[in-house]
Parts: sequence; structure tokens; C-alpha cells
Amino acid sequence: MVTTLATAAEHGAEVAASTGAPLEMAWLIPIIPMVSAAVIWGVGKRFPKKGAEIGILAMLAVLAGALVVFFDTIGHIAADEGWHGYERAVTWMNFGPGTTLELGFKVDGLAAVLLVVVGVVATMVHLYASSYMHDEVRVTHFFASLSLFTASMLNLVLANNTIQMLVGWEGMGVCSYLLIGHWWEKHENSSAAIKAFLTTRVGDVGFMLGIFVLFWGAQSFNVGVISEMATAGDIAKGTLTVGAILLFCGAIGKSAQFPLHTWLPDAMAGPTPVSALIHAATMVVAGVYLVARMFPVFAAAAPVALEEVAIIGSITMLIAALLALVQDDLKKVLAYSTISQLGYMIAGLGVHAYTASVFHIWTHAWFKALLFLGAGSVIHAVHSNKMSDMGGLYKKMPVTSITYIIGGLALAGFPPFAGFWSKDELVLGAYTQAMEGSGAAMFTFIAMLVTAFLTALYVARMLALTFFGKPKYDEKHVHPHESPKLMIVPLMILAALAVAGGWVGLPGEMNQFGKWVHLPGSEHEPFNMMIAVVSTGAALAGFGIGWAIFRLGKVKVDLQKTALAPVYKLLVNKYYLDDIYWKFIVRPVRDRLSAAAYWINMKVLDGAVNAAGIVAVKTGDFMYRDVDQGLIDGGVNNLAGLMGLAGSKLKFWQTGNMQRYAAAMFLGVAVLVGAFVFFRI
Amino acid sequence: MNLVEEWGITLAVFLPLLGAIVIVLTPKGMESIQKVLALAATGAALLVGLALTFAFEHGEPGMQFEKSLSWIPSIDSNYHVGIDGISLPLLVLSVLVCFLCIIYACWHIPEPGNAKAFLALILLLETGMNGSFIALDLVLFFVFWELVLVPMYFLIGIWGGENRQYASIKFFLYTLFGSVFMLLGFLALYFQSDPHTFDMLLLQESGVLDIPAGLASLIFGGLALGFAVKVPMWPFHTWLPDAHTQAPTIGSVLLAAVLLKMGTYGFMRIAIPILPGPAMQFAPVIAVLAAIAIVYGALCCLAQTNLKRMIAFSSVGHMGFVMLGISTMTPEGFNAAVFGMVAHGVVTGMLFFLAGSIKERYHTYEMPELAGMGLKIPKMAGLLAFCAIASLGLPGLAGFWGEVMALLASYQPLEGLDPTIFRGAMVVGAIGTVLTAGYFLWMLQRVNMGKISEKWKKVKLADVETLEYAAWLPLLALILVLGLYPRLIMDTTTSSVTALTETITGRSSGDDAHVAQVTDH
Repeated sequence: MVTTLATAAEHGAEVAASTGAPLEMAWLIPIIPMVSAAVIWGVGKRFPKKGAEIGILAMLAVLAGALVVFFDTIGHIAADEGWHGYERAVTWMNFGPGTTLELGFKVDGLAAVLLVVVGVVATMVHLYASSYMHDEVRVTHFFASLSLFTASMLNLVLANNTIQMLVGWEGMGVCSYLLIGHWWEKHENSSAAIKAFLTTRVGDVGFMLGIFVLFWGAQSFNVGVISEMATAGDIAKGTLTVGAILLFCGAIGKSAQFPLHTWLPDAMAGPTPVSALIHAATMVVAGVYLVARMFPVFAAAAPVALEEVAIIGSITMLIAALLALVQDDLKKVLAYSTISQLGYMIAGLGVHAYTASVFHIWTHAWFKALLFLGAGSVIHAVHSNKMSDMGGLYKKMPVTSITYIIGGLALAGFPPFAGFWSKDELVLGAYTQAMEGSGAAMFTFIAMLVTAFLTALYVARMLALTFFGKPKYDEKHVHPHESPKLMIVPLMILAALAVAGGWVGLPGEMNQFGKWVHLPGSEHEPFNMMIAVVSTGAALAGFGIGWAIFRLGKVKVDLQKTALAPVYKLLVNKYYLDDIYWKFIVRPVRDRLSAAAYWINMKVLDGAVNAAGIVAVKTGDFMYRDVDQGLIDGGVNNLAGLMGLAGSKLKFWQTGNMQRYAAAMFLGVAVLVGAFVFFRI
Repeated sequence: MNLVEEWGITLAVFLPLLGAIVIVLTPKGMESIQKVLALAATGAALLVGLALTFAFEHGEPGMQFEKSLSWIPSIDSNYHVGIDGISLPLLVLSVLVCFLCIIYACWHIPEPGNAKAFLALILLLETGMNGSFIALDLVLFFVFWELVLVPMYFLIGIWGGENRQYASIKFFLYTLFGSVFMLLGFLALYFQSDPHTFDMLLLQESGVLDIPAGLASLIFGGLALGFAVKVPMWPFHTWLPDAHTQAPTIGSVLLAAVLLKMGTYGFMRIAIPILPGPAMQFAPVIAVLAAIAIVYGALCCLAQTNLKRMIAFSSVGHMGFVMLGISTMTPEGFNAAVFGMVAHGVVTGMLFFLAGSIKERYHTYEMPELAGMGLKIPKMAGLLAFCAIASLGLPGLAGFWGEVMALLASYQPLEGLDPTIFRGAMVVGAIGTVLTAGYFLWMLQRVNMGKISEKWKKVKLADVETLEYAAWLPLLALILVLGLYPRLIMDTTTSSVTALTETITGRSSGDDAHVAQVTDH
């Protein structure tokens, strides 16, 4: 089924001849922001906006390039259903005889869609940030990192081999580290940055080892070649399963899946535009993208690998949605909602809903970027992240409010907003698999419905607490007002996409998205009214209950006073995962294991060396004074004399010691040589 | 070009010595003249190194620019020199770093001064280091190897930190201790070969060495011990943190960037190709020790509060990756090793430069006292972050390729080696990369970030100065260039390391009956 990817790899040259210019130039897309990062770091400070304008220009160029490539790609797909993409590469290096690593790019429907997502969101975020970050420290540094971040993501999207993907992958890791820790004067911010980097790196170990396993299985890093061989059965199933699970570990880290999701909420310590770009629309979908890109490997390693993916995704979507319910920090609600939605995408891949998952990347990008930027606008206005400091903002900030509510409804998955279409397809995909008898898919199907309910519930709570009701901020000192144009315009554009962005994937004949991104073998019926009604019903119920509790106050619930109090406590403490990691992994390794290793180093290993030294000196003393001086004296005196001469010239020579050391040493040599000669070994 | 091909490598070795002699002849106190002389000598050596790189036939596996002159006829020891794809990158690294060190010395000569002696010793050191990378005769190699000890001993013992006496003697004796066994190994090779020879290339030819398996292992053990101390491999590393921490900045830079590589180079040039059978026997042991070194080094780094000592310990882990690559005996692994050596030289050398310059400003290496450096001297802090991130192996920067290829190679070691052990080492090493990231990021948090301590709030400190930039820019550029364009090294090394693996498989699979027995055991 996946001759798709491999043919492109094999016949790259032929495709090159028959393809127009835009695709050939696609490699420029990641290069542009890379150059702009270098320029901003170099001379950005001298510009009036301290480099923000360079970043914006670069992003506009990226967006233009992405759109050109996108339209060219869908043109190719429209002209030829069997068009499998365009790939070109040069040799990056040969690190052994016959083991070649390429530096290349590959454009197909999947990559083209991601290019548009990254291009649009990055551009909006840059525009928004140029106003939002206006008065902040280290603006130049901020925009340079943002550019480099975008370059890394684009590199990941276009990479034609696994190592190059890893380069983009880790590049994003370090940029997100820099950006989360932007306000590093505060200890907790830099700690959040470290946590993000290290937690994702734990997953990266798996990613890296997965690359190795697949490399030795396929003798190649090329995604197309690996996929083709996996599908054709040329790689042992055991190898594929291990490789796929290891790769998925990378996705667990980067896409914040259980149990490595804990870094994402803390990452909200970074400036809000960063949260929008990195922790909603791009970096965190890298893990999903990885699984989608390597899907033939997972499919060939089914059922074990795919079931694992489905189960992890399902657990994640549930636990994160529950956590979103109890947050007071507006950004953390969104953070947990991101984790939950990523769980949707991951679980979708696990149940073969390939197109639907990628479609959810697409729709989620619009509404989640919108929500984060909207949250930034709100936070700017009330100078607080807490919903308990907000309320009643609807009248003060109409544009922010309306766009935000649109985003919320899209997230909750109401028709006709973008989120509905992709969510519905995912649920349907799980249902289809479940009907075929897959237990994991049944679990996923139920988890998705429950999550749909929970999502609408926390969305209702969030909207009610933030925009409606009585103001909870200090009205004497805080005077919320609408944000400047540069911040509002991106909100409006994203809101339009959050409404209409899903319409490219309408079920039936009109469905374009399914043509752009599809994988033979992972198809299911396009639409099922019953599923649509059930999932929308779940969402409506959730929203209704949420609205009744938090807006209308019809139902008074104080979780702490009910039987659910222990559950509430569990949620507030984030299932104690952070505490467990801190107490049982971080602290023991950082403070105790390291101290133990160092103690061994100083007392045992170095102790032995010092003891040997002392013994040698003592022996040397003894030998020098008492044993036959004639044998040693000549040599020692000559050497000592020579060194003494040099030393006296330099005037720092410590006489005495060296002679004894040298004596001991020469004695040792003599003994060994004697042994050597004597035993004729 | 003829001069370069005929005498290039010899010039690269002896130009610094010539410079040292001239400097010694100048009267004391003429510091600027001495600096110019040192710059000229190391600069000339660097130019020769670059000319050699251009004249070198990249992709040719064998020795180039070979030269053999009779030296000590009675034992048939010759001035036999030459370079291949493995030695060229190291030679170039050495001449480059030495030149940059002299630039740095122009900025600052450490206490208690005396530019003349300081510069002359560095030049002498350079001769020893460069010589080690070109020697093809065991006696010649040994002379250069030992020659390195003396100037480094004085550099640490005179210009070092508070505990310099202890550190310098420990460095000297520990290395000497190792080299005794190495020398014994050399002698054994000489007496066991037929005809008796010290020639490295001759000793690799089948039929020249005719040794019983047990003795071959013993000899390999001797050589390995000598090299292992220098690398340093765990558990022979304890001289390193002391020597590094106590050495003056330039001493630390040279130690990290070049000196350690003499050990790993010795494995690849001497121990493995001459005794491939025992090498295959010892390979799993080396892999295990390397994996231990990676995790152990990282853990010890976590325990440090002293910036320089932390960087010193980081070398233990990084050299662990190099040794892991070597232990696989595959072209990929050897490539990883050479790349790792150069990358470590560039990155860790740079980190030691930074540590030194930070000390010049803050008069301490203690991390808590440096807090908020990003606010005080942001450019320095930025460079520290850049190098730390390069050192933790971020893809796209120099540190990445050596690590990732070493781990990749350990998945599939040379046929005849048990993959299970190596895969175990791979997993341990991969976990080590998380710990490595951990200590570097924690260091950055404690040094660069946070608020400036009371003590430094009102004091004005100079940010990076021009001469510092001059000494550092080439290294900083290399960190980026090697990361993005690894072919710069790979195109040179691949053919030579492939030949090295062929030597192992060829020699241990039948040509030489006795050695073949060894692998059978």
C-alpha cells in the first residue's frame, strides 16, 4: 500500500524532470527563516523594531512559498490521482562504505498541508508578537529564536530522511527551551524551560534508537525506502515493532502524551505568542506528524504498535481533558486542552484514521492558535493569567471575545466550526475499527466520546468565567480595553479559519482534504449520521451542563464537598505525576546518585591512585637511600640534573620530590623489563 | 607544492620547535617580540597544515606524504612519518588550536607571568602533539608522546591554580605509569616481529608478527593501558579533573582539544591495526567501560559546583562516546570516533576558553557566584549557552554527529562481536545523552540565568573583548560548520577507517593463523 512513498524516493530524478519549478524550490522554505534567524541575531538590534520586522518579512516569504507549493501539489494530485510526491536530495555525507545520509526534501500532500499550517500560524504569531512583545526585554533574541524555531519545524516537515527529521525535531526542542525560558530572571521560568527540554529528550532517546533500529533493518534513513520495505515485508516484523514503538516514544515526548505530558503546562511560562506557535499549532504536532510520516512502519507492525498508539492517545485525551476542568489559569486550560486534542490525533492514527488525524492537525492549528492569541489579548488587558481575575470582558473587548468564543466552539466540536469535521471523522474512524473487532479501537471510540463531552464542558466553563458574569478583576486599577490592531487582525483571520477551515474536508464528493492526504488501506466510510449525532450530542450535553453550572449558576457544585472530593484533589495535584517524577527520578539522580558517583570518584578511584602514589614514594625513598645506588643513581641524577636545570631557570622548580618519583618509576620499569626478559613472555 | 608534499608534515612538527628555540634565545622581558614570534611559528604551522589539507588526496585510504629517513640504525628505528585520513583531521585540529591559544595568550598571560617561558613551552608542546599524529615508527611515536608530558607538566605546575603541584605531578606520573606499559608493549612487538621492526605499517602486514595468542593479548593490554590513561577511559580518568581544573586556561584547552586525542588515536593507529585479534577480544570490555564513562561522567558533572571542573568531567563522558565508536570496529564507529575527537576538541576547547575568561572577570569558577551572568556580560553568556548546547549534542552542531554515529554503530558492531553487549552499551549511552543535557542546562540556569548576586551588582565587567573574539571565532564557526557540513571530515576519513576495518577482518580471518586463533577463543 505504501509504494506511494517509496516510488518517489526511487524515481526522484524522473519526477524532477517532469515537475514544474515550484516544487524544485521547496527547499528554500526552511532556509528563509534560518537565514532570518542568523540576520536577526547578527544585526537585528539596529532595526527600529529590533528585528521583529525581519522575522515578519521572512514569515511572509515562508507563507507565500508554502502556498505556492501547496497549490502546486494539489494541482499535481488533481491531475494525477497516483501522484506520490516530489523528492530530491544531495549526499550529506557517507559515514561508512555504502552508508549514505542524504540531505533532501520531499513534498507530498501531507507535507504541503503542514507547510500551510506552519506558514499561516507562524505569520500570524509573528505579527501578533511584534505588538505583544513590544516593550519586553530581549526582543531581538526572541524573534531570532522564533525564526529558528519555524525553520526547524519546516525542516522536519520537508525532511526526506529520519536523521534530518531528528535535526528539525531537536532544533525545535532547543528553540522552545530558549523561548519558554525567555524571562529567565525568574527561577521558575528557567526551570520550566529545562523541564520541557529534558522531558522531551527522554522521548527523543526512543526516537533516536528507533531511527537506528530501522536503519539497520532497511540499510537506509530514507523515509520512502523504509516505508516501502516495511510494507513489502522486507524488514523482520520484530524489528519493525521495536522500531515503531521506539519512534513512538519520541512522539510521546514531543506531542506531550501520557506519561511525558507534564512539561507542556509548565511551558506556559513562556510569552503567550510562543505558546500559540509552539505549544499549540506546530511543535507539539511534530510527534503526530512523525507517526503519520512513518505510518507504513506502524501499519506493518500492527497490531502491537498501532494498539499501543491508540491506547496511549486515548489515555492522554481523557486525563488531560479532566485536568482542563479544574484549572484556574486560562493558559493552562488551553495547555491541557492541547494535550487532550493531541491525544485525539495520536489515537486516531492508532485506529487507522490517517486522513482524519492529519485533518485534525489542520483544524486544531487554526482554533488553538486563535485561542492562545486570544488568551494573550485577555491577559494583556487584565494583567493576570487567572480566570478568577477575569469575567465580564465581553463588553470591554468585543473582538477578542467574539473570536475567542468562535475558537471555543470550534474546540468543543460544534458544527459547522472547523473542529467538528475533523473530530467527527476521527470518532467515525475509531468506530469503524471497533466494529471490526479491535478492543483498543473500542476503548478509543469510548474515550473520544467521553472526551468530546468533557471538552465542551471545560470550554463552557472557560468562556463563562472569562467573558461573562461580573468582573472579578480590581476595577479600580485594571481597565481592560481592546488590544491594538496588530494583535486583533491575526485573531480575525484565525477566527475565519476556525469557522471555515474545516470545510475543505466536508464529507462526500466535496471532500478535498481526503484527496490531498490519504494512504491506501487506511480509508473508512466518509460520514455516518449516527456517529455525528452521538458525538455532537455528547458535546452539546457537556456544553449545556457547563453553561448551567458556571454561567447560569443553576447547579451549585462544590466538588470539594461532595463524594468527588478525592478525585478533585487528584486532579488539582495533576495525578501526582510531577511529584513522583521529582521525588523518585529528578531529585535522586540529580542530588543523590550524582553525589554517590562523585564520592566513588574521589574516595575509591582517586583514593586508589593516591594510595598507589604514596606507596610508590615510600618505596622510592627506601630504595633510593638503601638499595644499591650505583644502579639507579646515574640515570636518576642525570634526569634530575636536567630537569633541575630547566627548573632553576624557571625559578619555580620544587626540588626533591621529582627525584623520588622518578626513582620509583624507573625502578618499576626496571622490574617489569626484568620480568619480561626473565620469563621470556 | 612539492615542498609541502615532501616536507610539509615535518615542517608542521618542527616549525613550533624552531619557534621555541628562537624565543628562548630572546632576552627576557621583550614580551611583544616573543608573542609575535610565537604567533609566527604557530601561524606558519597552521598554514602548513592548511596547505597539507589542500594537497591531500581526500578519499585515498593509505598513507600520504610518507617519508622515511634512517634514524637509529642499530635498532632499525627510522624517522618514518606520514598521514592518512585519520591523522590529518587531528593534525589540523592541533595546529589550529595551538595558533588560537597563542592569540589568547597575547590577550592574557596567566599569573605569575613570564611570557617567554610560557610561550616556549606551548610551542614545545605543539611539536610533541603534532609529532604524535604523524609518527609511523613506534620509537618516534614514543618520543613525541613523552615529549608532550614535560611542557604540560610545567604549564600546570607553574601557571596553574591553587592545587597545581598535586595536579601536575599526578598528571605526569599517571601518564608515565601508563606509558611504561605502552613502551613494554612496543618492545615486545619489536622482539616478536620478524624481522625485528618498530615500523607501524610493517607490523600490520601479515606474517611479520608471529605471536602466541596469550602474549598478543598481553601486549594489547599493555598498549591499551597506556592509551586508556591518556584518553582517559573510566576508571583511569582521575588525573583529568585535577589536571584540567588546575591548568591555566590554555593548558586546559590544549589538554582537552588535542592531548586526550593522542590516546584514542593510539588505539586506532597502533593497538587495533597491529593486534586486531586481541582488539576483537577486548572490544566488548572497551564498549562497557565506554558506556560506564558516559553515564558516570554525566553524574559526576551533576555533582559539581565548579564550572571548570564540570567541563573537565564532561570530557570523560564525551571521550566515552569516542571509545564506544572505536570498540565497534566498524567504519561507522571509527568515523564517529574521529568526528567525535575533532568535535570534542573544538567544543570543549571553546568551553575551557570561556571558563578561563569568566574566571578572569569573576575570579571564581563557583557557579552560584556567577549567577545572572546573562545580565552582566550577555555576549559571554550567549557564547557559553551556544557551546553548552553544542556540547550536549544538539543536531546541527558539531557535537551531534560523533555521538549519534557512535550509538548507531553500536547497534551493529563488526561481525564476530556480540551485538547484545554493544546494544546494551548503546541504550546506556543514549540515556547518558539525557543526563548530559541535564547537567549542561542546569549549569546554564545557575550561571547565565537568575539575578545578579549582591557582590557583582555594582561592579562593571567587560564583555567579550576583541582578542578573545579573534581566538574564538574560528572555533565557533567550526562548531556550526561541522554540524551542518559533516563531510568536511567524513570525506577525508571514510576511506581510511574503511581500510582499518578491512585490516581487522583481513588479519583476524585467516591470513595470520595465530591471530585468527585468538578470535576463535
